[in-house]
Amino acid sequence: MTLHEQPVQASTKSGMLSPLGLSGTIAVGVLISFLVVGLAAPLIAPHGYSEVISDMSFLPVGEAGLLGTDYLGRDLLSRLLYGARTTLLLALAATAIAFVFGVLGGAAAGILGGRWDMAMSRINDVFFGFPQIMLALIVVSAVGTSYTVLIVTVGFIEGTRVYRIARALAQNIMTMEFVQISIARGENMGWILWNEILPNAAVPLSTDLGLRFTYSILLLSALSFLGLGVQPPAADWGVMVRENLTGLHFGAAAALMPALAIFSVTLSVNHLVDLRLSRMQRDISEELLS
Amino acid sequence: MSKVLDVRSLRMETESGVPIIDDVSFSVASGEVVALIGESGAGKSTIGLSALGYKRPGLRFSGGQVLLNGQDMLSANPAELRARRGREVAYVAQSAAAAFNAVHRLGSQITEAPQQHGIMSRTEAEEQLVRLARQMQLPDPENIARRYPHEVSGGQLQRLMVIMAMACRPDLLVFDEPTTALDVTTQVEVLAALKETLRDSGASAVYVSHDLAVVAQIADRIVVLRNGRMVETGTTAQIIEAPQQTYTRELLGAVNTVPKLKAVPREHTARPPAPIVELKGIQAAYPKYGKADAAPVLHDINISIPKGRVLGVIGESGSGKSTLAKVISGLLPQTGGEVLLDGQVLSKRIRSRSLAQRRDLQLVVQMPDLAFNPARSIASSLDRQLAFFTDLSAKARKDRIADLMRMVELDPEITQRMPHQLSGGQKQRVSLARALSTEPALLLCDEVTSALDTVVAASIVDLLKKFKHDIGQSMMFISHDIATVAKLADYVAVLKAGCVVELKPLRDLLSKPEHPYTQMLLNAVPDLRPGWLESHRGDAGVRSAEHNFSERNRTGAA
Repeated sequence: MTLHEQPVQASTKSGMLSPLGLSGTIAVGVLISFLVVGLAAPLIAPHGYSEVISDMSFLPVGEAGLLGTDYLGRDLLSRLLYGARTTLLLALAATAIAFVFGVLGGAAAGILGGRWDMAMSRINDVFFGFPQIMLALIVVSAVGTSYTVLIVTVGFIEGTRVYRIARALAQNIMTMEFVQISIARGENMGWILWNEILPNAAVPLSTDLGLRFTYSILLLSALSFLGLGVQPPAADWGVMVRENLTGLHFGAAAALMPALAIFSVTLSVNHLVDLRLSRMQRDISEELLS
Repeated sequence: MSKVLDVRSLRMETESGVPIIDDVSFSVASGEVVALIGESGAGKSTIGLSALGYKRPGLRFSGGQVLLNGQDMLSANPAELRARRGREVAYVAQSAAAAFNAVHRLGSQITEAPQQHGIMSRTEAEEQLVRLARQMQLPDPENIARRYPHEVSGGQLQRLMVIMAMACRPDLLVFDEPTTALDVTTQVEVLAALKETLRDSGASAVYVSHDLAVVAQIADRIVVLRNGRMVETGTTAQIIEAPQQTYTRELLGAVNTVPKLKAVPREHTARPPAPIVELKGIQAAYPKYGKADAAPVLHDINISIPKGRVLGVIGESGSGKSTLAKVISGLLPQTGGEVLLDGQVLSKRIRSRSLAQRRDLQLVVQMPDLAFNPARSIASSLDRQLAFFTDLSAKARKDRIADLMRMVELDPEITQRMPHQLSGGQKQRVSLARALSTEPALLLCDEVTSALDTVVAASIVDLLKKFKHDIGQSMMFISHDIATVAKLADYVAVLKAGCVVELKPLRDLLSKPEHPYTQMLLNAVPDLRPGWLESHRGDAGVRSAEHNFSERNRTGAA
């Protein structure tokens, strides 16, 4: 009687194991090396980040230190290495906060629905709708800048974006019948969030994680560039772009190098996210055909 | 007679080389209707689409020819295909709602193809549309072109898609399950209109369907397919009356027809057992923000389900059947009335119901694909249900799951798999096992067979029958299909627009239906014999006209 029920073939797991391709491998390599040299900066940097090594500012590549000097005659390479540490760690911390706040808040709103959703989402919309750099400037100028303030502020601002995505995903999953069955069983909200919503929202959320990380780097760098983020003499890529801006007139590497570093990190992350997305699409079309 | 379509040993495979269609040959003569029949995955739609030289993304043609009017469609280049599609061959999809562009008026979409092909001027195309609309018995044929797709009903939209396909007067029409998404009463009308129009225009057709009873009404010949291969081919009468192959006989055996029961004198005047669940004056509405008075979906429902009996609930889409199940399970708190379980009033909200009450009401849902969390294994989904409702140890739960699997006639090994590795029928069995694991007082089955193929659906009904007889399981069996309900139910409630219009023992309902709506539902189920459609039209013409009238009022108001 079960004659005609053929089980769907166990599909091979495509995903983590398949090679990333050349460009993907390069992107991963770039990210890992920035992270490693950033963390190891005190060990491998030839000079301290605030140590003046020459009387001449904006020395070209190779003349003093490997990458020349910045506007105060400090070693650019050393500052770049220390900068990787600050910029990447701050961005990571901010992204982590954005995700905890955004996913929990958004999914809770999606699960609760009704008036709760209305109240939470409209409050979120207020902050979401505010131009993010303005909001950050207001907070930082009001309470003063510190690493903690920066991380929390950027984390919160990016979190409002994560919130929207998490809420939309949760709303979709909530209408699925397996969730309805859990609700009818009497499961509480926490269980549903952890067991039904999150595992099924993991893929799109992890894609957003990459994007959120790049946006955090850009927002932090922008704040530092405006003088409200990381304070000199600490090294941060955003700070470095700003302080060496005048060097652009002399064609100095000092202004371009940190910009290049920001560019290569965001590009790598973006590329990995794109790879992930195209793989998701391929999986979906394979599933439809099977 | 000349051949309009000649498919010669067609082969198709996926890009990775898995064969999908294997050596299929058949031909369609001028004016003939050939049905392709089989279960999902048989390749019938894929073959149908090959007549347009179309293949789904990820597939490729790997052999054979598809000759349309003598010229091969498989080797045609895009320009040739564009010139021939619409003009020589046209396609009618299953879901008309998805096939029309929602933001353009129906008229402009339907008259576009003949103008593009340069066959007709705009005025001619519009005149033809009115003529065909009249022939298809659409309401207000002169003005229907000015409407948008959402302003007509599903059945009307399906007929309009047929008109769109016929706009260029093609030699061949490919129908892909054109009535599957429709209610039975609407299906009959669309089918009749389709047959008449096909006969008048003299076009040939390939009719893809899984429903033999429907096919019997419209096809001249039938091709039975299974897993991309031809099983049997013959005239409609041959296939239905003298099938050669076992598989064909199995398909025929799974066809749902309403049994003809004679009224029996009340021999069992004994009172039915005490009710396990009683509904008293249930009203329900879906909440809307900012609106205190949402339109009610259920009006004053009074039903009681005796212990150990099966109550069938039938009605068309939108009649409130699923809402009723949601109210009983607590997913949608009712706006009025009471639900009693074993004589005790149930709280409206799930959270205020006791664990035992929740355990006693178990819901099985329509779509097996959505019934399980795709991220958890089957075993883990079942284990959660047992851990939640019982205090069995982990080891005891494992044994219980294995027992449950055997109860639903599955290999216990299957629970190690992920949901997507199971077929729809297997998933529906596991879904039943999950619900039965708590030994519920009442099993709520919401359209549990609707998403399955006929043969698989029949086996699920057999399984439910077994539970009814072996363990005396009380059930509420919701379905749009009166023939399925008739196999299982002791009592039947007929739901229309949120009201129970008739509620009586199955036998009485089938032998002497009182409400006109019940009569119409019963009459609309096709018999497995050619010519049923004509005889049905004869005795149902008056009611059909009445139905058309109400449909027109409904859409007029929209």
